[in-house]
Amino acid sequence: MSYRVVHYINQFFAGIGGEEKADHKPEIREGVVGPGMALNNALGDEAEIVATAICGDTYFATDIEKAAVEVLEMIRKYNPDAVVLGPAFNAGRYGSACGAMGDAIATELGIPVVSGMYPENPGVEMYRKSMYIIETPDSARGMGKAVPAMAKMLLKLLKGEKTGLPSEEGYIERGIRINKFYEKLAAERCVDMFVSKLKGEPFVTEYPMPVFDRVEPNLPVTDMKNATVAIVTSGGICPKGNPDHIEASSASKYGEYSIEGYDDLTSADHCTAHGGYDATYADDDPDRVLPVDVMREMEKEGVFKKLHNKFYTTVGNGTAVASAKKFGAAIADKLKADGVDAVILTST
Amino acid sequence: MKLELHKVKVSKLAWGDKTAVRDGVLFVNKEELVSMLSEDERLAKVDVELAMPGESVRILPVKDVIEPRCKIEGKGGIFPGMVSDVETVGEGKTLVLEGAAVVTTGKIVRFQEGIIDMSGPGADYCPYSQTNNVVLLLDPVVDLEKHDHEAACRLAGLKTAAYLAECCRDCEPDRVDVYETLSFRESMHAYPDLPKVAYLYMLQSQGLLHDTWVYGVDAKKSLPTLISPTEVMDGAIVSGNCVSACDKNNTYVHLNNPIINSMYEHHGKDFNFVGCIITNENVTLADKKRSSSYSIKLASMMGLDGLLISEEGFGNPDADLIMNCWKAERAGMKTTLLTDEYAGQDGASQSLADSCPEGDACVTAGNANEVITLPPMEKVLGYPDEANIIAGGWDGSLASDGTITVELQAIIGSTCELGFTKLGAYTI
Repeated sequence: MSYRVVHYINQFFAGIGGEEKADHKPEIREGVVGPGMALNNALGDEAEIVATAICGDTYFATDIEKAAVEVLEMIRKYNPDAVVLGPAFNAGRYGSACGAMGDAIATELGIPVVSGMYPENPGVEMYRKSMYIIETPDSARGMGKAVPAMAKMLLKLLKGEKTGLPSEEGYIERGIRINKFYEKLAAERCVDMFVSKLKGEPFVTEYPMPVFDRVEPNLPVTDMKNATVAIVTSGGICPKGNPDHIEASSASKYGEYSIEGYDDLTSADHCTAHGGYDATYADDDPDRVLPVDVMREMEKEGVFKKLHNKFYTTVGNGTAVASAKKFGAAIADKLKADGVDAVILTST
Repeated sequence: MKLELHKVKVSKLAWGDKTAVRDGVLFVNKEELVSMLSEDERLAKVDVELAMPGESVRILPVKDVIEPRCKIEGKGGIFPGMVSDVETVGEGKTLVLEGAAVVTTGKIVRFQEGIIDMSGPGADYCPYSQTNNVVLLLDPVVDLEKHDHEAACRLAGLKTAAYLAECCRDCEPDRVDVYETLSFRESMHAYPDLPKVAYLYMLQSQGLLHDTWVYGVDAKKSLPTLISPTEVMDGAIVSGNCVSACDKNNTYVHLNNPIINSMYEHHGKDFNFVGCIITNENVTLADKKRSSSYSIKLASMMGLDGLLISEEGFGNPDADLIMNCWKAERAGMKTTLLTDEYAGQDGASQSLADSCPEGDACVTAGNANEVITLPPMEKVLGYPDEANIIAGGWDGSLASDGTITVELQAIIGSTCELGFTKLGAYTI
């Protein structure tokens, strides 16, 4: 019995038409369409394309979430073992559609997905963490090269075989770190690398330095006297006993708590959940990390109009950047909805 | 400075009337040990257990691990400034009970304590699953202040390590390892064709359970300074239990610093290893600037061509690591870094909290956020419920059958940044 594969392509590769047909609504057809023929051949006896999902690029790009759900439901009916997307080469909207579909399928169906794109396709940056994207040339002239590589990768994933490095398998680096045991101690590897660097010999770093997002500061608040100000912290201050069990490290959540009626936080009512600093002094007086006392004084003095009655808190200790981003966006939405004008962020 | 490490092999532990080593077995007089430790009025209850590799035993929450050592010849005593006088160490002869370790556990002080499994999948990640462990269960008196609690546990561990070795000081060693560092007058002229290098040894110093002690001095209160590698082998650097379990440098790994060992192996062949600079990882920006500038100034005064830099902990100290790196590179020294990673449970986030283009040679001891399932053990020494609150655990980490699901972060020494394990990571 061979594996059941569904193939996703756009209106152009389905032979329906170019830009004038880009609003083509999602459909699914039994068997192979267009480039699916070559893909099916490359898969050999081990896997077979049972259906081909087709969607116009403009249709998909207009409402990505809606289109992804529509196509996903069509694909789901075919009960596939894996899905192949594209290849999209350097076609931006097509690449983004393949990426969004791959992300949805990996999340919802939990089955292997493989796509193929040119490294500069915007779909790569958006979705490379979600799936294996085989590196292709920038146009359909590279179909002959792309398809066998995609088929090979897909079969490996279907059979649960160990996948190699990007350079070995031909996929675009996903940016996911995987642990492994090496032959030598990390200390010995480090000294070996040090010797190579001193001698001017080639070496490969085990962790290329990351590049960070830079956030442009907002403009200053113009009317402070009438502003509602909130306090948000990554220092872990929470009601005593940490009722929502925010983790001491690698936080999976943030807390939202009322400070209505509090002029001062004390060790009787608040503490920190944070496991990354000497918490003795924060537990002793939680205002040291979440300065409710000073903020109340300033509120009374009229420096600003109102201290927002809720604070948000998490633990910024070993917490993944992706989690922190998610918490930040969610907290910002809530603060905006509550009419907060400015936020004081405290860290530790 | 020349130091001989007289290593007596310990492959098994047993209770005995007299604490001594015979035929690879370390016999421990429990009563004598408990009585010695009970002298500390800060401890309400002291007990000792033995845990050996392969046993179905789990220890948590672990504070520190220490190798039993004592001075048998030469100046000073082991762990100077802590359990011995502050005389300079690093010369003469030191007895080592190789294969044995003292593990401190008992009521939790703060979240940064960890797990040792003596068998099962967790044992693959933990260097102290392979040692024969004399486990101290230490419970403090009611309402003991946390800094005092930590100090009492730290002292109990060091005293026990010194006591065990002291009882075996007349043993014939199974092996003698000799280490020597020359004075600067000699070392600067030795190996003229080889690059002169040193090791910049970063010590965690962020506060409670994030402290390191050098000759009894809190590292956060000291400027960077020079130390001979052999002083480190005599316990000049002691852990005050620091950061998450996975990447705190336990006293055991300070004593056996694998970077120092590996640099000695390459000394005279690939480079001229002239010594170590120790520096701290304080929390304020002014401290970070001061310590990194001062360290690199010392390195420049030594006329170094290269500097190998190791970090302790993660997040905030990433900033110290990176400052040390670019300041050294811009001063003309080639650097290589040893760190670990917090890339998220899915491995998809940035691994470090700071970065510089000069950090082009970096070795990592793995992603500490990776999740592992530790099956139940027949015996648990300590307090298993703490799995739910230690760094790397979460509410629900401990299942009702005793299974623990945690990040590697919670396993002692699993991503040790002195490079004591074979773990690493790569990008897919």
